[in-house]
Amino acid sequence: MNDETLKSSLIDAILEIAPEADFDILDADDDLRAQLDLDSMDFLNVMIALHEKLGIDIPEADYPKLFTLNDAIGYLREKTTPAADA
Amino acid sequence: MPQLGADMAAATLTEWLRKPGDAVKHGDIVAVVETEKGAIEIEIFEDGVIDKLLVDPGTKVPVGTVLATIDGDHTEAAGVSTAPPPTTPTEAAPKPAPRPAEAPEKPPRPEARPRSPADRIKISPAAARLAAEHNIDIRALAGTGPDGAIGLTDIENAIQGTASAGGPEDKSTDTPGAAMRRAIAAAMSRSKREIPHYYLSTPIDMTRAMDWLEEANRNRPVTDRLIYSVLLIKAVARALEEFPELNGFWNEDEFRPARDIHIGWAISLRGGGLVSPALHNANRMEPDPLMAALRDLVKRARAFRLRGSELSDPTITVTNLGDQGVETVFGVIYPPQVALVGFGRIVERPWVVDGAVQPCRIIQTSLAADHRVSDGHRGGLFLSKIDRLLQEPETL
Repeated sequence: MNDETLKSSLIDAILEIAPEADFDILDADDDLRAQLDLDSMDFLNVMIALHEKLGIDIPEADYPKLFTLNDAIGYLREKTTPAADA
Repeated sequence: MPQLGADMAAATLTEWLRKPGDAVKHGDIVAVVETEKGAIEIEIFEDGVIDKLLVDPGTKVPVGTVLATIDGDHTEAAGVSTAPPPTTPTEAAPKPAPRPAEAPEKPPRPEARPRSPADRIKISPAAARLAAEHNIDIRALAGTGPDGAIGLTDIENAIQGTASAGGPEDKSTDTPGAAMRRAIAAAMSRSKREIPHYYLSTPIDMTRAMDWLEEANRNRPVTDRLIYSVLLIKAVARALEEFPELNGFWNEDEFRPARDIHIGWAISLRGGGLVSPALHNANRMEPDPLMAALRDLVKRARAFRLRGSELSDPTITVTNLGDQGVETVFGVIYPPQVALVGFGRIVERPWVVDGAVQPCRIIQTSLAADHRVSDGHRGGLFLSKIDRLLQEPETL
């Protein structure tokens, strides 16, 4: 899965929770939660949406690796790359 | 039309979901009304058969108006009255309903209160008189006179506005956000005017609770995980079992403790405003169903699709502002409730445990309570009880 696909899945997941989010002005290296006013319930819902879209289960301990857009894409790339290719 | 919160005076019936002849039972959703808190589903509180629908969709009616009659038991439902057999055809005229059986704590409407808010709003005497005659809510008006004072013209315009829309207090030109802002303003002004608040705050060590939660979540798929708010809600609800003076309603100069514990959970809405709908009987719910209920409630609140009972039932409010980063909350009680519990952010702090300093996760827990009903001593014991419960997360 390429970065563009991952990014659009991530954006779709976020838009389900924060429909007004504007990704043109979002800082991809700053905390999504602060920029989009996501509380812990919202963030959990983003994780659930990612689970539904990409079929991956993100452990709670890994949540901090998804706090920025760029970090999240990097994390998802790793998680969705088959182990044999890694 | 049931009263869905202290700040509601009227609402627009938007849709009937049942028709005459339909059998209904306790808890069924029979209609949808539009309020400043969005579309609210109206439940029925008795079993029977719908006889007549008395209000047409699109009509704005005051709280207390009979919306429909049903043939059934001889008790009153929220906004839906049992038909006195056989009903007369003139029944269609709105009339004040007797108090809904399910909402005995119905607070007085702001307009009915002897102390008019008029003395705080700049308004000419003639305008005030005219406003009173036409039941115009001057708090909602922006005056066009000097210093924003409200004059006769403003009231006349307001009367025309309501007349053309056919409702008392119609604000159809408002954005939903403006209507909600005004509802919050009315409730909070009343709270600060009438309730002698006292405030207490204490740090609670959440280390054990968070360790327990993380361990529990480790073995769960993402769809089944808990968030720590569930533990906070449960701890407050359980603690309230021993502190009835913090759980109930102040109405007509007396306190009525509530029989059940319905936590009003403050949910901030994207785009501004908030609602605090009820998590019913939260003290008796296990964490998993409580989490499911919380998730469902947040989702429907954000979609503006709550149920009437969820707005009218909360017996106390709990708010967690920790996600927004603040450490301490100083709450404003939502009348006619008598207490609000506020949680701040969980912060890691050096803490002395068993004589040694160690990093602990601390949450500031505050109580704003009504001094007419309880005293600081009892309030302090209540916060201690919450603390003790959170030290035993596995029992919550």
